[in-house]
Amino acid sequence: MREITLSQAVNEALAEEMRRDETVFIIGEDVAEAGTPFKVLSGLVEEFGTDRVVDTPIAEPGFMGLAVGAAMTGTRPVVDLMFGDFIYLIMDQLCNQAAKTHYMSGGKMSAPLVVRTNLGATRRSAAQHSQSLHALVAHIPGLKVALPSSAYEAKGLLKTAIRDNNPVVIFEDKLMYNDKAPVPEEEYLIPFGEAHIKRAGTDVTLIGTSSMVQVCEKAAGNLAAEGISAEVIDPRTIVPLDEAALLASAKKTSRVIVVDEGHQSFGITGEIASRINEKAFYHLDAPVLRMGAMDVPVPFTPVLEDLTVPTPQSVAENARKLVSGEMIHAA
Amino acid sequence: MSSAKTSSNAEDYLRMYRQMVRIRTFEDNANQLYLSAKMPGLTHMYSGEEAVAVGICEALRVTDKITSTHRGHGHCVAKGAEFKEMFCELLGKEEGYCRGKGGSMHIADQSNGNLGANAIVGGSMGIATGSAYTARLLGRDDVTVCFFGDGATAQGLMYEVMNMAALWKLPVIYACENNGYSEYTRTDEIAAGSIIARAEAFGIEAHQVDGQDVLAVNELAQKLVARARKGEGPFFIELMTYRYHGHHVGDINREYYRSKEEEREWKQNRDPIIKFRGWLVAQGVVSEGEIDAMNAEIERDAAAAVEYALNASYPDVSEVDMHVFTDVEHALSQPTA
Repeated sequence: MREITLSQAVNEALAEEMRRDETVFIIGEDVAEAGTPFKVLSGLVEEFGTDRVVDTPIAEPGFMGLAVGAAMTGTRPVVDLMFGDFIYLIMDQLCNQAAKTHYMSGGKMSAPLVVRTNLGATRRSAAQHSQSLHALVAHIPGLKVALPSSAYEAKGLLKTAIRDNNPVVIFEDKLMYNDKAPVPEEEYLIPFGEAHIKRAGTDVTLIGTSSMVQVCEKAAGNLAAEGISAEVIDPRTIVPLDEAALLASAKKTSRVIVVDEGHQSFGITGEIASRINEKAFYHLDAPVLRMGAMDVPVPFTPVLEDLTVPTPQSVAENARKLVSGEMIHAA
Repeated sequence: MSSAKTSSNAEDYLRMYRQMVRIRTFEDNANQLYLSAKMPGLTHMYSGEEAVAVGICEALRVTDKITSTHRGHGHCVAKGAEFKEMFCELLGKEEGYCRGKGGSMHIADQSNGNLGANAIVGGSMGIATGSAYTARLLGRDDVTVCFFGDGATAQGLMYEVMNMAALWKLPVIYACENNGYSEYTRTDEIAAGSIIARAEAFGIEAHQVDGQDVLAVNELAQKLVARARKGEGPFFIELMTYRYHGHHVGDINREYYRSKEEEREWKQNRDPIIKFRGWLVAQGVVSEGEIDAMNAEIERDAAAAVEYALNASYPDVSEVDMHVFTDVEHALSQPTA
């Protein structure tokens, strides 16, 4: 199978959906000729024109609000939010308006839009361009949240998101835009709420999101060399969450580590760990461990920044402790 | 009243009068529901501002869109909503426009193009602008009117979307209902400079109009809506008006921010319904007796709708997790292992 970058996968997904449905349009800062700072959208304005690949002023609440109204009246906007950190700027329009449109109207209106943004530290971009804030929106009823872990997921999940009649937020890991993965030439969609078992195992379950899936896979590879069989699961969407698949794996291995790049406290890792504790408690041989980003603003200097996120080494180390029966408490 | 009017459009005038009285009557009944503790929560009265919603909405088609505010009953009625579904919504009943899930502050009636009230001040400005973007992208000739108060002119979102609307010549009309008060504070204490100058700074044609004169409002709205439909938008209108009640129905003792004399002056000498009624009779469009009969009929309609709503069913408790997502019947009972 051919291999393309995550960036090309996103570009293809958008182009295919825009060809299929003329109500789909892209809106955001520097999306047209610039193709975004990450060059993800290069070439789209040439095919679809400036009415469908819309460069906006630097006004995130404004273009997010515009997208909500456009979605409510018959179009499918794909909002390009240049950095995930800017999600704070659009919270009212996303969480008070888009997320509640369907419910507040008693099911009569909806806001079928997508917010494409990113997450991920270690790009030396410091505290306001490095955050992984997906837990903020996953907390809000009415929003779906997708976290692609490779080019394959990025394409399939984005196409599904564009066709979904609800507001969806997709976080791409900005360090993965140039990473290649096998992506079929023919069309495919990845349904929401279906976790993917990336690697089967029996001793410990590593639940990873976004780029943490790769971290978990590397950890699993290291552990395999030591005779520890780790299962790696990628939920792919955290709203909806494929709880059944996560619980089945937890019951099988009896030991679980949840790895996610959002801050550890009050975040995705805690939510998933809690669900496993509530519904698989008597199958567990050890506490479910959370491994998130440190609860500190992301520091600039590489020597500090690298300490803040889970690594294959730190995941493998915790897995060894779990498997050996050592009771530990995540720091 | 506007001087150039004649009685040749009697039907239009009577419909405008009727709609204004329907709004006032709706609000009087809503206020009574609140005062008699029959309505959950609270609400914001549109009384005094009727000429604004009616003057503008009478210039719109059913396919044109509006966005509304927390003080939104007037817009909802003016855009064509029915009393029964509105009172049901205010009382949280299943037959309400939003099945009781929105209430007064989120009442919407998409069948008539009302995209909804909004409980965030200025929160619907993006939505209105996006609705106009849809019209342009899909080649429809709909116009969207964004209603908001003077208080909302302090929100940054307004300037962001007006900038985009002006850049892209969107068919949207920003209608600022300036009732002089930003919640519990005089607007001249929180708004620097001129409000219409702010729109003009973006190159948006802006007008100020007497919001108590329904014919003046309607005449201006007719012109601007027609021009917006031809792609000459956006436009901005500041409508000078007054709210008779407090910020909300519970805001009773308000002399710390405005005097009773001021309220009396507006109610006695600048009431949009009294003024228009006087003009209609003077012009021979209608007799006092016919007006009284019309008012009585509207009061009967409202009383019947209130009675209906009081006796209507609440939504079933199973609806609590319905409509969270479009494609999931019950969001909290998805199968798990």
